[in-house]
Amino acid sequence: MSARDSGDAAERSSTREIVLARLRTARDAGNPATPVVVTREFATTGRLAPGSAAVLERLDETLTDYRATVYRVGSEAGVADAVAGVLAQAGSIVVPPGLPGEWLTGYRGDVRRDGPPLSVDELDAVDAVVTGAAVAIADTGTFVLSSAASDQGRRAITLVPDHHVCVIHAADVVCSVPEAIARLDPSSPLTFVSGPSATSDIELDRVEGVHGPRRLDVVLVGP
Amino acid sequence: MSTDLGRAAQRSRTVELGMPTVAADPHGHLRGIESFPAAAHKALADTQLRRNLGHATRTIRAKRAAVVSEVDDWEELRRAGESIKADTMARLPELLLQLEEQVTARGGTVHWARDAEEANRIVVDLVRGTGADEVVKVKSMATQETGLNEALEAAGVAAFETDLAELIVQLSHDRPSHFLVPAIHRNRAEIREIFLREMPDVDPALTDEPRRLAMAARAHLRRKFLTARVGISGVNFAVAETGTLSVVESEGNGRMCLTLPDTLITVMGVEKVVPTWRDLEVFLQLLPRSSTGERMNPYTSTWTGVTPGDGPQTFHLVLLDNGRSNVLASPDGRQALHCIRCSACLNVCPVYERTGGHAYGSIYPGPIGAVLSPQLTGISGPDDVNASLPYASSLCGACFDACPVRIDIPHLLVQQRAAAVAAHTRPTGQDLTMQAAAIAMTTPARFKLAEKALGIGRVLAGRKGRITGLPWPMSGWTNARDLPAPPAETFRQWWSRTHGEDA
Repeated sequence: MSARDSGDAAERSSTREIVLARLRTARDAGNPATPVVVTREFATTGRLAPGSAAVLERLDETLTDYRATVYRVGSEAGVADAVAGVLAQAGSIVVPPGLPGEWLTGYRGDVRRDGPPLSVDELDAVDAVVTGAAVAIADTGTFVLSSAASDQGRRAITLVPDHHVCVIHAADVVCSVPEAIARLDPSSPLTFVSGPSATSDIELDRVEGVHGPRRLDVVLVGP
Repeated sequence: MSTDLGRAAQRSRTVELGMPTVAADPHGHLRGIESFPAAAHKALADTQLRRNLGHATRTIRAKRAAVVSEVDDWEELRRAGESIKADTMARLPELLLQLEEQVTARGGTVHWARDAEEANRIVVDLVRGTGADEVVKVKSMATQETGLNEALEAAGVAAFETDLAELIVQLSHDRPSHFLVPAIHRNRAEIREIFLREMPDVDPALTDEPRRLAMAARAHLRRKFLTARVGISGVNFAVAETGTLSVVESEGNGRMCLTLPDTLITVMGVEKVVPTWRDLEVFLQLLPRSSTGERMNPYTSTWTGVTPGDGPQTFHLVLLDNGRSNVLASPDGRQALHCIRCSACLNVCPVYERTGGHAYGSIYPGPIGAVLSPQLTGISGPDDVNASLPYASSLCGACFDACPVRIDIPHLLVQQRAAAVAAHTRPTGQDLTMQAAAIAMTTPARFKLAEKALGIGRVLAGRKGRITGLPWPMSGWTNARDLPAPPAETFRQWWSRTHGEDA
């Protein structure tokens, strides 16, 4: 370590002590006489049972409301046909390393597995990406991708391609945000997705399609 | 700017160790150059601005009301949000240490900054260390507050704002006027003109259809995203328990900046920490419905330190005080630190709706800005422009009803008005008038005597029945409005005439 580096490190640690000391003094000066009690009287379970036909119906509605297109299939056996159908125009796709091969048996284009990882330019050249999801929230029309799950993969693969196809199973569908948070492990990166990329920046009207995937298709597997 | 920076550095060096301090605002981003009434006077004359703001805030108010009415337990969620934030403030130093420990354990580096100037210096040094001469930025109030873009530019680093509204502001050399939609004061036709003028490769046939404008922004920024080496972001919520940070956004520009660069530098105000991962179950319900009026925003990203094989492999977190310790020291005032920057209070405020955000001077506008900015900077005296902000309100209370974490903004406005008066080094005309009123109202005898003087008012009003001009200090009132003539008889005079003398 050079003299300058060690000087910087010393300055850094003294700044840290100063900020912490200020905050401690301020905290003590402003703290209430009685300890704060955190109230959690809101609903932590949803109105609809996880995985039920009703919760799937609500997820279908909320996803559709924010311009995702939903395809319902009754069982795992229907996934391959549905995926092939939405990818009819896609010449090439990228998939995470652990995506079930059976989902792609109907697809005729070029499949690139992200292992070893594709470069950003390679991702930019494919037409679509297919993934699973960790959990979906019916109240808000949201699904969550976990970087740790082998059928969801690292974040870049669902970001750079312009078309995202996500397969969601009934067992992973909950009604409310608290139920989803309880199921998620934040130690690896998570992405909450609610509809295709959108903006409300022009006159506060929502328009779809900015930097993320502009087309979002969901294959919903279950009753 | 270098002299400003030098002065700010000197100010921060003379600070007493460990005492809460107010923000040094080297670039004036927490303080405007004129008082609110003066700036508002100009803004109100801009009819285009008023049309744009009226349209945008009406739209968002209707959307918010619709999605909030879907949630049966909204009030319980608000109370939970309020209490989680109050608990956070009561344990802020410990929670920050826990956050630091968790982020460090996961491969990130944590820096602490006393003020804006110090935060900027840290970020500039980090960017220089990477050898990059440009960075991509996700919209962040913290870096707007510190004036990071100007500091980067001075160091020869080009900062590209990637949020659509922030891009519009940057391209038009303008200032943000809203937390969520910094270009809320611009309509589609104005945005089209800015794009045609400032984007070198734009299609000259661009129309003002919002979808086409969004596509133009996508094309303009696409290569920047795919080749960026350094990303800079703010934070919506930082979880102390796990070291997890989150960014809530719509367009995917946030995901681009958080995922594709090699190095990520995140700047957060110290108040953005929350104790546990579970707390997001509250805030991820409150924030989107309050801000864009959506059930959920299109994208929320969470990350914890560095993840091998996924996203930036170098991560720095800068924790910023810049006057927050001053706010924390006030038992009531610290509520202003509970703010989650949803902007619901701006959208419902009858004052903001008419003046827009620029009139507030500080980059934190609207009702919450009017109580946060003067606390962050402190009020230096009667001529401090931030002393005028707490008066930018009719105290109607709409902001409290809309606030998802129940910040009692009307109470804080009154408190900051008191602070503004307490900062008077010599009495103003209004102070003298109020002191005179206090003397007159202290005893019934004095009040009775004062009532006799009302006859003079009737003479001044004359036959038109209005007083249109009074000498100083009362001219402060009559400059802006007429005073009705006092009645021929006061209530007390009427009472004693009809009920006898012992009124």
